[in-house]
Amino acid sequence: MKQSLSVLALSLAIGVTASGTASAACTNDVWNKVMSRGKIVVGVKADYKPWGFRNESGEVVGMEVDMAKDVAEAMGVELEVVPVQSSNRMQFLEQGKIDLMIATMSDRPDRRQIVGITQPNYYTSGTNVMAPKALALKSWEDLRDKPVCGKQGAFYNKIVSERYGAKIIAFTGNAEAKQALRDKKCIAWVYDDSSIMSDLASGNYGEFEMPLASEDDNPWGLAVPKAELGCVFGNFMSGMTFNWHQSGRLIELEKKWGIQPTAYLAKQKERFADWISGQ
Amino acid sequence: MLQSIQDYFRALAETHPHWNFIYLYDPVQAARIGEGLVMTLELSVLCVLFSVVIGVVGAWLQGSHLTWVRRFVQGYIQFFRNTPPLIQLLFFYFALGQFTPTYSPDGWLEVPVISNVGWAVISLSFFAGAFNVEIFRAGIEAVPESTVEAADSLGMSRLQIYRYVLLPLAFRVSLPALNNNLVNLVKTTTQAIVIAVPELLYQLVSIYNDYSTAQNACMVLMFVVYVVLVGILVMGMSRWERRLRIPGYGG
Repeated sequence: MKQSLSVLALSLAIGVTASGTASAACTNDVWNKVMSRGKIVVGVKADYKPWGFRNESGEVVGMEVDMAKDVAEAMGVELEVVPVQSSNRMQFLEQGKIDLMIATMSDRPDRRQIVGITQPNYYTSGTNVMAPKALALKSWEDLRDKPVCGKQGAFYNKIVSERYGAKIIAFTGNAEAKQALRDKKCIAWVYDDSSIMSDLASGNYGEFEMPLASEDDNPWGLAVPKAELGCVFGNFMSGMTFNWHQSGRLIELEKKWGIQPTAYLAKQKERFADWISGQ
Repeated sequence: MLQSIQDYFRALAETHPHWNFIYLYDPVQAARIGEGLVMTLELSVLCVLFSVVIGVVGAWLQGSHLTWVRRFVQGYIQFFRNTPPLIQLLFFYFALGQFTPTYSPDGWLEVPVISNVGWAVISLSFFAGAFNVEIFRAGIEAVPESTVEAADSLGMSRLQIYRYVLLPLAFRVSLPALNNNLVNLVKTTTQAIVIAVPELLYQLVSIYNDYSTAQNACMVLMFVVYVVLVGILVMGMSRWERRLRIPGYGG
């Protein structure tokens, strides 16, 4: 009781300062900073093949890195990519460590309160599991009360444990979680279906399969700092994404990086088709 | 009263998206924090106990007449003191974990007999234990040679001298340094998150990943809990120190 009262007092004190920072007018601070510095810092994944990963020479490459390159080119600035984790990507953006985040992030309502997720969304994925063929899982219910490996920071950990009673063991990195699966410490690895598909396609997971029907299909969003949403930077990124869809650039990148074609991208291309050229 | 506090924080979360104290009004999140707290306490208590035992035994072995025993203790200290606890946790759980016996509830799963919690206790105890050996050695060396000689001339065995003469005196000298090391140990338990031990940090990180608006509130709680937890430990240790004090001996 005493403790919650002191927290109350603290939160009141902080609440006053927090309310002072709310602003309405566009300052375009981050946009101006990027342009005057001549360099944009983009946060991408480095452990999420093939969206953002390290190649044999240690460089971070991938579909999202290519998207970041497009952005830097259009702005006429240099590009620096910074690897981020699911659990720190929004904080990096908030603290100004990165100017833009393209890091396989699902677009969720609570995340929109923290960072400026621009529309339209650039990709989508659902939740699925990678599980050993030997177990022949049939339905999500098979996960009940079983240890299931996950990744700290994925929003569906909560859904899968609440809806199906799976015991989520969440690791800080994908590598640790998948190692735990291979060590047979859990019966499945719950993650984005698109990532699991590309892992399976890599041939390194011969004994594994993606046996369930994907759930909770959720669009991905790239994000600018919250204050830049609806200002120059946010509007620019919306325009970039629109053009990526309309020109078929994302479909092209999907093919380049060996990602299974998703119906979402095809549908978006159709949705944003130019009414004159029809493409 | 409770209801009004909950309502207050629910409203605060709506007006200030960075200050969502979700664990104060959502019983599910409060329960997760409770579980995390229990796990942190469990880890802390077990590691403190084991590391002190390791320290006492190790310091005794260090005074052994047998060269290889001394070398073994020295090797143990070097290994655990010179490597980061984070790497030790990963190494123990993933590398050594493969060589421990397992059982299988369903024909595929190989549940190791030593769980991730078990490995965290083992690895953190050995980590802090290595420092404790050195701390107790310093205490032992502070006991005057003549005291040991006096005990020796009374016909006490080596173990008896250690048990009844050296350790009681050395322990008093060691307590302040031991205090420091145990405080560090309690704080190091947060690193067990890398092998997915569901302690307090793990639960808080999970909560703010599920509710990204709750991050600051989770950080605040983390500080509050550790200030209190370490405060209790330090208070207990200094009380112990005072009780063990021999007038005229040591500072």
